[in-house]
Amino acid sequence: MKTNDLIIQTTTKLVFFIIFLFSIHIFFAGHYTPGGGFVGGLLMSSAIVLLLLAFDLKTVKEMLPVNYTVVTAIGLLISIATAAGSIFFNVPFFTHVYDYFNIPLLGKTSIHTAMFFDTGVYLVVVGVTMTIIQMIGGDE
Amino acid sequence: MSLVFAIFLPIIAALLIPLLFKRVSSIHTGWFVLIIPLLLVIFYGTYISTVMDGSTYVDELPWIPSLGISFISYIDGLSLLFSLLITGIGTLVVLYSIFYLDKNKEKLGNFYVYLLMFMSAMLGVVQSDHLISLYFFWELTSISSFLLIGYWYTKDRSRFGALKSMMITVFGGLMMLGGFLILGIIGDTFSIRELIGEATAIAGHDLFVWALVLVLIGAFTKSAQFPFYIWLPDAMEAPTPVSAYLHSATMVKAGLYLVARFTPIFALSEVWVWLVTGIGILTLFWGSFFAVKQTDLKAILAFSTVSQLGLIMSLLGIGSIAYHVTGDLVTTFTFATFAAIFHLMNHATFKGSLFMIAGIIDHETGTRDIRKLGGLMSLMPVSFTIALIGSLSMAGVPPFNGFLSKEMFLDAVLNLQHFDLYAMDSWWILFPIVAWIASVFTFVYSLYFVFYTFRGKYKPEQLPKAAHEAPIGMLVSPGILATLVVIIFFIPNFFGNAFIKPAVAAIQPLAYKVPSDVGFSIKAWHGFDSPALYMTLGVFLVGYLLYMTIPKWRAMYNALPSKVSLNGMYDGIMRLGDSGAHRFSSIYMTGSIRNYFVYMFAAIIVLLGGTMWIKDAFAIRLDALAPIRFFEILISILLIIGTITILFTKSRLTAVIALGAVGYTVALFYIIFKAPDLALTQLVIETVSVALFLGAFYHLPKLNKHEKGKEDRGFRLGNFLIALGVGVMVTLIAISSHSQKLIPSISQYYKDTVYSEAGGGNIVNVILVDYRGFDTLFEISVLTIASLGIIGMITLRLAKKRGARKIENK
Amino acid sequence: MEILMSILIGFLFMAAVYLILSRSLLRIIIGTGLLSHGTHLLLLTMGGLGGKAAPVLTEGVTVKDYVDPLPQALILTAIVISFGVTAFSLVLAYRTYKELGTDNMDLMKGTEDND
Repeated sequence: MKTNDLIIQTTTKLVFFIIFLFSIHIFFAGHYTPGGGFVGGLLMSSAIVLLLLAFDLKTVKEMLPVNYTVVTAIGLLISIATAAGSIFFNVPFFTHVYDYFNIPLLGKTSIHTAMFFDTGVYLVVVGVTMTIIQMIGGDE
Repeated sequence: MSLVFAIFLPIIAALLIPLLFKRVSSIHTGWFVLIIPLLLVIFYGTYISTVMDGSTYVDELPWIPSLGISFISYIDGLSLLFSLLITGIGTLVVLYSIFYLDKNKEKLGNFYVYLLMFMSAMLGVVQSDHLISLYFFWELTSISSFLLIGYWYTKDRSRFGALKSMMITVFGGLMMLGGFLILGIIGDTFSIRELIGEATAIAGHDLFVWALVLVLIGAFTKSAQFPFYIWLPDAMEAPTPVSAYLHSATMVKAGLYLVARFTPIFALSEVWVWLVTGIGILTLFWGSFFAVKQTDLKAILAFSTVSQLGLIMSLLGIGSIAYHVTGDLVTTFTFATFAAIFHLMNHATFKGSLFMIAGIIDHETGTRDIRKLGGLMSLMPVSFTIALIGSLSMAGVPPFNGFLSKEMFLDAVLNLQHFDLYAMDSWWILFPIVAWIASVFTFVYSLYFVFYTFRGKYKPEQLPKAAHEAPIGMLVSPGILATLVVIIFFIPNFFGNAFIKPAVAAIQPLAYKVPSDVGFSIKAWHGFDSPALYMTLGVFLVGYLLYMTIPKWRAMYNALPSKVSLNGMYDGIMRLGDSGAHRFSSIYMTGSIRNYFVYMFAAIIVLLGGTMWIKDAFAIRLDALAPIRFFEILISILLIIGTITILFTKSRLTAVIALGAVGYTVALFYIIFKAPDLALTQLVIETVSVALFLGAFYHLPKLNKHEKGKEDRGFRLGNFLIALGVGVMVTLIAISSHSQKLIPSISQYYKDTVYSEAGGGNIVNVILVDYRGFDTLFEISVLTIASLGIIGMITLRLAKKRGARKIENK
Repeated sequence: MEILMSILIGFLFMAAVYLILSRSLLRIIIGTGLLSHGTHLLLLTMGGLGGKAAPVLTEGVTVKDYVDPLPQALILTAIVISFGVTAFSLVLAYRTYKELGTDNMDLMKGTEDND
């Protein structure tokens, strides 16, 4: 089914980026304020779902030529690697570290290994959700 | 090389075997395997001289430190003798197998992996000082024996035999574990050496006899004692190298080892003396008697093995009497232990060679049926010589080692007359009589085995292959063993000093401090006043007469009932177990998912309700409640309306949308109760979920109600009652759990440390990624698996099975 | 409020169990969805509902006033998992429906010769 509703499609493109940016924001903010990998990932997927509703599966696949199973795998790998990384520093599995850095433009920022772990979560959530939806949507 | 590592060396090497088998196909894999036992036999050989002087060695590797379980390798006379047997016979068997198993036809990779696994397991059994690791290795021998018997797994008989041996030996193993646990509890240690140290204290405990009987069941099943021996004849389906190795020389002797090793702990009990001696003698007689009935060469050897194991077992039993007597009598009975170990060694040599000869005959003629064989003497002269040596040794004829130990056995049994406790004074005479009869039958089946095969008429028309002598490589191993049979006869005391005395000292620590204290020497001639001499002569005479008349009296075996045999009992029990389990499980495994749900929900109601009732756990506190506000009531009503809509709607679209609405109201609750993360997540996920449902809409069935109509009124009522029960139960639990805080929440710790230690501000998120990161890691793994499952279900559609029909939708 | 919530949760469970016990595939899936909502609220109620501040560190809020964060973390995990499970069972259900041509659980059960 090819929809040609110009207003929806144009709005969606805009809204997609807003949601996308919001999801990134909420992901990064997650350590201090409500948010995190799960919500961020879900928001991101909902943005893509919105695209799917406005356009159709094929068009979205062309717009975002991403293999979501690979995204899932990468996410899972990042998470496990972060967790396992601590082994090499002779501390128990899953020990996180963090420190504060002064980064130009952003000012004082904390860099936290938990953030990398959360990145994995984010990617897995996006990957899984989109895999499921694409699979079901594409099933004839 | 550390001792523990030596135990594991074969199993580590086994990891390489499949690779070698696949990659290096031009060389028989056995040649690589041969290195391992050869290396180990040399390694253990270096311990002989010091162990002879009474030294012992201990090596420990922690296994489960938190439970105090470790692999402890303990080398003393007994375990060294067994280790040498295992690796020594192992070397010969591997060498033999290289010629026995065709490298192009057989799955050698599997075979040698199992064999090496067995070698490690068996070394572990005889060296472990810790009861739990002993049990571990013990079961590992059962498993590798199972795999080896079932090596030709395409044959029904192999699988049957494998399963049977597994069933019986693992049953015994579990019993033994029970015994070990009791011992561990009453002795407060799992170390055998420490248990031996407090043997007198342990013997006084109420559970002592239980431990004893359970351990003995383990030993009897493994060593094929009456009535558990029935697995051994069926185990003969294994390739012959395996029979020679596991089922005559090593694994079946694990039970003997166990009895010997536990003698210092259990011997103080009268039950032990009676059981070990009595069952041993009975098995000796039973096995020898039925060996003559067999027509399969390996079956004759299997029954013979059963019988010989019984002999050694009874000697160990008589030897344990030494703990009950004082003065000169002690050595009278430790002599039996000495004889036991000596015969154990001899048996390994002559029985090993006989098994290998049986394998050679099978290999070269294509049959093991003694009725078809005969007259092979001139065709296979070397095999005949070896078989003759082995058989005559087994029969107890000089100049072979079997003669020496058989004489000692008769002496030891006669010594029972000196023991006047436990009603033995009136019953002892039975033992020499049964032993003598059994010896006669042993003589008969030994001659039967060798002469019915090699003499008589050659019947080439009945043989699948034309018989000819085996290749030289195949004859090397049995040849070495047969040479040993002769050598031991001529220099028995060399072996006695090197191997037997240290082992006896380990079994009889009260009588002997160091191996050199054991004052026995082995003699072939005891003078004319020795009663054993006349018994032996009687055996030869009566045995020869019986052998000559075998065709006349063998028919009597057919008169014995075949249905009420032990094998029949085993089959009956197995069938009963099978059909019983099937019948039992089909009562509740109805295949209807609703029934399973009913079980679960009923369990929830009964277990939770019962616990609450019994523990008087229900509590309600009305003082610390949060206030009820107007919009909370409003949301609650929305939630109820949504739920009711789902329950009663007939349209699937309405149901899906109502489910979404319920989800959004739940999100509102999260907002009210100060859970912003949850609210966010719930809102987004509800949206995605609805999209998911709508996406799948095209494929979904209608919201059929399959329980309409009058006939389903009972069905609906039942469902409603269960649902009501669960609902009430959950409400009660929710109220009680809120009303009583029995233990402080860990949340306080999270709140206190979230900034200082985890460097975060959002406690929920920090819990997710940091404190309870494991949860999250597994969660995303589960998600990934779910998505892979979905991909599988959708893309990998299985081809429709033929005959699968569509069910009419009612 | 806790008592009210408890009753509400009980009601959700009741409806969910009733749906799960029915013979129709779709109703079972919807039932599991309701069941997870009930469970989430149950967890939340167990931790207490009277907190004054969300479990996010804020200037000027004493530690005592924060809502118990642990149930929230557990629920967050559970929400996402139940999404995965729902999606999985949804696909399982419609694939079964397509293959067997029925959504009646009683007709789907295996028989002696074809299980």
